[in-house]
This record gives sequence, C-alpha cells and structure tokens, in this order.
Amino acid sequence: MGAWGTLVLAAESGPHLPSVEDFLPPEILFEGTPFAINRIILVRLIATAVLLAVMVVTAYRAKVVPGRWQSAVEWVLEFIRDNIVYQIMGELRGRRYVPMITTLFLTIFVFNLCGVIPGMNIAATATITMPLVFAIWTFCQYWIAGIREKGLGPFLKEELFPAGVPWPIYIILTPIQLLELVLIRPLSLTIRLFANMIAGHLLLATCLAFTQFYIVESADKILALPGCLWLVGGLIFTLFEMFVAALQAYVFAILSTAYINQSYPENE
Amino acid sequence: MDIITLAEVAGNISILGYGLAALGPGIGLGIVVGKALEGTARQPEVAGRLQTLMLIGAALIELLGLLGFVAFVMVAL
Repeated sequence: MGAWGTLVLAAESGPHLPSVEDFLPPEILFEGTPFAINRIILVRLIATAVLLAVMVVTAYRAKVVPGRWQSAVEWVLEFIRDNIVYQIMGELRGRRYVPMITTLFLTIFVFNLCGVIPGMNIAATATITMPLVFAIWTFCQYWIAGIREKGLGPFLKEELFPAGVPWPIYIILTPIQLLELVLIRPLSLTIRLFANMIAGHLLLATCLAFTQFYIVESADKILALPGCLWLVGGLIFTLFEMFVAALQAYVFAILSTAYINQSYPENE
Repeated sequence: MDIITLAEVAGNISILGYGLAALGPGIGLGIVVGKALEGTARQPEVAGRLQTLMLIGAALIELLGLLGFVAFVMVAL
C-alpha cells in the first residue's frame, strides 16, 4: 500500500467531485409556485438580459463608421448570415430565416459560455429543457416550411417515399424516414447540445475540484505538485470549453438551417 | 482483501462499455475529417463548402458517442 494507499484514502475522504446533482439544484426563489426558479434558470435569465442589453445598446449606438466593438458584432452577424444561412439555403430562400438562425446562434453561444464564467459555472443549456425548446422551434420551422412550399401531402410523400427506390425497400425505409422526421431530428439536436455541456461541466469541475483538494485542503505539501498539474488541466479545459461553446452553437445553427432547407423543393 | 484476491476491480462495467462504444464514432470521425482533408487538397476552391459538410457529418457522428454518455447519466440518476 504505502504512499499510494494513503493517497487513495485521502482522495476518498477529500475532493468535492461534481455529480449529476449539479444539474438538479434546489429552488431558490418562488418555491412551490409554477414559477419556481433554481440556479440554472437564474443563470438563463441573467444571460438573456445581458445578451439583450448588449445587442440593444450596440444597435442604438451604431454609427456609419463602426468602432472596434461594433465591427466585432457586425462580423459575427455577417458570419451567421453569409457562412451559415446563405451558404446552405442561398440568399433568396435564406433571407426569411436569418433572424431565427441569428437568435439561435447567439443565444446558444452565450448560454454555453456561462459554463466558464466564474460565479455562474454552469452552462445554461446543460439541462435538457433549454435545448429542447430550441429543437422544437426548429422542428416547427421545417414542418411549416415543408407545408407552405409543397403542401402537406406532397411534402410527406417526398419525405417518406423518396423517389428512385424500388418499392419493397419502402417497407423498411418509410418507418425510418417517419421516425427521422418526427423524432430523431429534434432529439439529436437536443441531446448533442446538452450532453456536450454536461460533459464539459463534469470535466472542468473535476479538474478544479482536484486542484482545490491537493493545493488548498491537503495537509501533505508534496501533493501540491499534482495539484498544479490539475490546475493546468483546468485552464486548458476552460479554453477548450470556450471553443466547444462556439462550435456547438455553430453546429446547432447549421443543422437547423440544413433541416429547414431539406423541406424546400429540390431545384428552383 | 483476502490472499486469493490478487487484483480487484471496483466500479461499474458500463464504463468499459462506454469506452468500447466510443470506438465506432472515433473511427467514423477519423474517416470524415480525413476525407474532407483529402477533398480539400484535391480541390482547394471548394474548401468552404467541404468544411460545412464535414461539420454536419461530424455532428451526426458525434451524436452516437454522446448517446452512450446520456445512457450513463440516466443510469447515474
């Protein structure tokens, strides 16, 4: 056993490791009412308020010759418009969806970033409800687009019975296509986002919990060395989480656009 | 620990299962990114379009890995 044994024993009594409980925090305001607010919902409200305030102030103070901050915001908005919406849908078709995709991208990005902001420390998208709301929005949009552009009958026919397939294949293909249209698309959007955020939070919190334990709480000063390694790991994962926040927002936006685009007729 | 038990494994076998399940998406991601690089090297002018398609494909594959993670979280609950 020796040193390793004491290390293991110490670790067992020691660090406050993250768990699934982090994502089910107790209610702190308006308990017992339908409007009960817990920590994560509070983070969401604050993030929404900050995002709205920043964007509204930027929009009101917009000048013809943009300053540094304004050009940064404009760069982001143009990136969403040109590189996400127009690149997939084309300008004619995509114009209608630019506001929706911009909202999705910016909201998800800011909500994800809450995971690395000190004091918040949890991504607002890290429970299933918030991604589900976004996914249901996309779901409604691609059904509406399909029904508006083709009509319900032809839309379903084209989705469920794709042309150019010998008819016995339809026995297998049609249920899969139906499942994809109704269930798999929104659920995959949801699960991708919230599972990424949960995994990120667990990784980051584990690193920082071990840092805290080895450097601050542990009596044995030699253990500060692994503590420093954990701290470096924590810093790297913080940067990585910021990258993942942007990437997941991008992926969500681009998949939403692609799904909506599939509801449109093939050639125009 | 008695004398016959030389090594003992504590914990849950499902963690091993998740490790195995992550192999498939790992291979898939490798193929997707590799092919996208190959395509970009052959035709640099379509790099932007290829990158978008690559990310869509990568996101779909990534979901397979995450499903295992979600199963783990559901068991933990």
